[in-house]
Amino acid sequence: MKKLLILLAILPSLAFANAEVHLDKAPIDASNHESLQRGARTFINYCLNCHSANYMRYNRLLDIGLTEKQIADNLLFADGKVGDQMKVAINKGDAKKWFGVAPPDLSVEVRARGADWVYSYMRGFYRDESSATGWGNCVFDPVSCKVSMPHVLYELQGVQAMNHETHELTLIKPGRLSVAEYDSFIGDLANYMAYMAEPAKQQRNHLGWFVLLFLGVLLVLTYKLKKAYWKDIH
Amino acid sequence: MTDTKKSAAASKLDGALAWVDDRFPLTSNVKAHLTEYYAPKNFNFWYFFGSLAMMVLVLQILTGIFLTMHYKPDADLAFGSVEYIMRDVPWGWLIRYMHSTGASMFFVVVYLHMFRGIIYGSYRTPRELLWLFGVAIFLCLMGEAFFGYLLPWGQMSYWGAQVIVNLFSAIPFIGPDVSEWLRGDYLVSDATLNRFFAFHVIALPFVLVGLVAAHLIALHEVGSNNPDGIEIKKLKDKKTGIPLDGIAFHPYYTVKDMVGVAVFLIVFSVVIFFAPEMGGYFLEANNFVPANPLVTPAHIAPVWYFTPYYSVLRAVPPILNSQFPGVAAMGLSVMVFALLPWLDKSPVKSIRYRGTLYKKWLAAFVVSFLVLGYLGTEPSNIWGQFGSWLGNAERATVVARIATTVYFAFFVLMPWYTKKDKTLPVPERVTG
Amino acid sequence: MSDKQSNPQVPSSVTEQASQVDAEKRKFLIATSAVGALGCAAVAVPFIKSMTPSERAKAAGAPVEVDISKIAPGTMITAEWRGKPVWIINRTDEMTAELAHHNDQLSDPSCEVTSQQPSYCKNESRAIKPNLAVIVGICTHLGCSPTAKLQPNGDMGANWTGGFFCPCHGSKFDLAGRVFKGSPAPINLVVPPYKYLTENTLLIGVDTEEKA
Repeated sequence: MKKLLILLAILPSLAFANAEVHLDKAPIDASNHESLQRGARTFINYCLNCHSANYMRYNRLLDIGLTEKQIADNLLFADGKVGDQMKVAINKGDAKKWFGVAPPDLSVEVRARGADWVYSYMRGFYRDESSATGWGNCVFDPVSCKVSMPHVLYELQGVQAMNHETHELTLIKPGRLSVAEYDSFIGDLANYMAYMAEPAKQQRNHLGWFVLLFLGVLLVLTYKLKKAYWKDIH
Repeated sequence: MTDTKKSAAASKLDGALAWVDDRFPLTSNVKAHLTEYYAPKNFNFWYFFGSLAMMVLVLQILTGIFLTMHYKPDADLAFGSVEYIMRDVPWGWLIRYMHSTGASMFFVVVYLHMFRGIIYGSYRTPRELLWLFGVAIFLCLMGEAFFGYLLPWGQMSYWGAQVIVNLFSAIPFIGPDVSEWLRGDYLVSDATLNRFFAFHVIALPFVLVGLVAAHLIALHEVGSNNPDGIEIKKLKDKKTGIPLDGIAFHPYYTVKDMVGVAVFLIVFSVVIFFAPEMGGYFLEANNFVPANPLVTPAHIAPVWYFTPYYSVLRAVPPILNSQFPGVAAMGLSVMVFALLPWLDKSPVKSIRYRGTLYKKWLAAFVVSFLVLGYLGTEPSNIWGQFGSWLGNAERATVVARIATTVYFAFFVLMPWYTKKDKTLPVPERVTG
Repeated sequence: MSDKQSNPQVPSSVTEQASQVDAEKRKFLIATSAVGALGCAAVAVPFIKSMTPSERAKAAGAPVEVDISKIAPGTMITAEWRGKPVWIINRTDEMTAELAHHNDQLSDPSCEVTSQQPSYCKNESRAIKPNLAVIVGICTHLGCSPTAKLQPNGDMGANWTGGFFCPCHGSKFDLAGRVFKGSPAPINLVVPPYKYLTENTLLIGVDTEEKA
């Protein structure tokens, strides 16, 4: 039993010991509604042009402090309804022709790759004239540094170049946002995508404490009950 | 006045009970299995896991029924229907996490339950059949887990099923046809998903419940073993015929098991509410990517409860260009538990009265089991390779081979070391 | 310990002690049972709720907008809301006038069964604007969709004043969806919640705000 518990405890740390890319820690805070709202806006304005989030409904954003009217007025397309899912108009076949791969659905992207990955990836584009899109990204593929997605946010971030020796990125042409502003912009996006990957998470954590409190009481009572019955057993 | 009312109500109840008893053996069954089933009074920590396994089974069936109301066993819809459960179905996330966590916890309690059987010799005469039913339950459970794991239709689901089904291809001559027959297609596809769903929600649960019933009937026929490995039925009270060291299962063990249930539920809830992925061991990250028959994930590993056997498979090298020996070794590593009642030649049952030789072997077995389990979760080159002096063998593979050898030696050499072992005298009565 | 002949089946002979033990057992038995029952009830809630309409069902059952500008007087259109037919009938003035004249033949002429219409439609015409009727076209008997027989007389016989006839079991309703006596249907047809977005657009599925 003990051995098994120790094993269970150490396994996760070992599993990630040999990750090849260094990922920056994303500033995830599910209770920061402003950040989540900014991230939602970024996601809908930029990502949702090519990537869908087919399992996410717009009205779920009520969770993060938006009202139905705000959603309808600011985030929805003209004929959309608040109960709609975040679908995308782009044709999968066309997209595959343009980018080589169809842009994946992003509903559960953070559960597949982690928020840190999203945060690092969106900050990891650099100018690579040899690639089809003109961009490379070593977070996406640490070996080839090739990526099919162009850098959609380069007007905001500016243009980075990579030193091929050290793999360090330097800003060679500033964008509309400063480095700190861009980092926080992407931080909000990662925060939103983490929320979107499991919208019930906050409710889950919150409920968990009440369940544990209840079970604690139950444990004390069952223990006392057992003691009362087992008094006669010697 | 209240007394007469009470007794009137009581006699009415007695009347109703008598009516039922004339038509169905209710009272006699309650007596036989609860109030007059006498269990040894010295059950310890290890004896919680049988009733816990029973509870998890009920929980899995219950949550499974509710998941089936929303899940779609269709290659185009399955992945989406799981997310639908997680988001759109009221409380669907809780039911799904209960089921996914329940699957892993089932194996946790069953492994501990089996370990209990091993250390206290619960498989020895007259409990051989009881043990065999248990092994059958374990096999059935592995089937349940395997079939169920395909249903979310993520990358790990898909490639896990692909690899396991392909293992059958290694069977000489008929292998390729067998795996094609299992899949119902040339690759894992909608047809495979649909039939795995049928196995997972109907076929195996029926078998499982039936086996559990047989397991319990056999148990209540021969009586429970105990940490001392003594037959309490040998010493009975002359007047009442009740074993001197026995106590009624109800209420004594029902109230005690409730404490175990409460502790279990706390652990269970911590996982469900705070770590349902359990660091990628209960729910794997790659399974949040929809199944794609064209791209295999960089690193695929089975869920943790299968990894010891998976390591055995990887440890055995192909012989004469055939993978079959590895596959056979893996199958054997599971089935070999069924032979325990006939391999153990010790005059005592419980580890308490065994000598150090057995204890050393058992410890080696546990360590090799855990090492194999750990290696199964990792890529085979985790520790790099030996130098040229060992033919560039991967270190992990060498370790897995040693552990596999120990694993099988524990069973194969058991008749020898249990006979040779210096045992202690077993007392007449149970010892606390 | 092995010399003690313990047998829990025979209660302790010291009655005083026994009653004390009993009291303690009873106390914790009741407490554990109560808390355990509470826990079971709490666990049952998510399971029961999981069977209520999901977000998808709610989104599909969202209110629908209907353009009513093109319904000629004396005709009707059928909209779909939550998978059910909703009739929108543009009643002529003669039709609305007739509604008051056959009350004696109706089971519930003044719409006393409150579940069958929103409170703002509990009036003579069962509508917000008397000429425009909005009715869920599902018979209150066994759920068939009645056939429109809007014009008086015709194949419905000489006494027919216009309304709906259910082909399944012959229930008859007037042009406000009120059921005629002698029909198998027990109560009037349902008027769904609706409101006017503009003069010519209805939103079916959302109540008119009465507080305003």
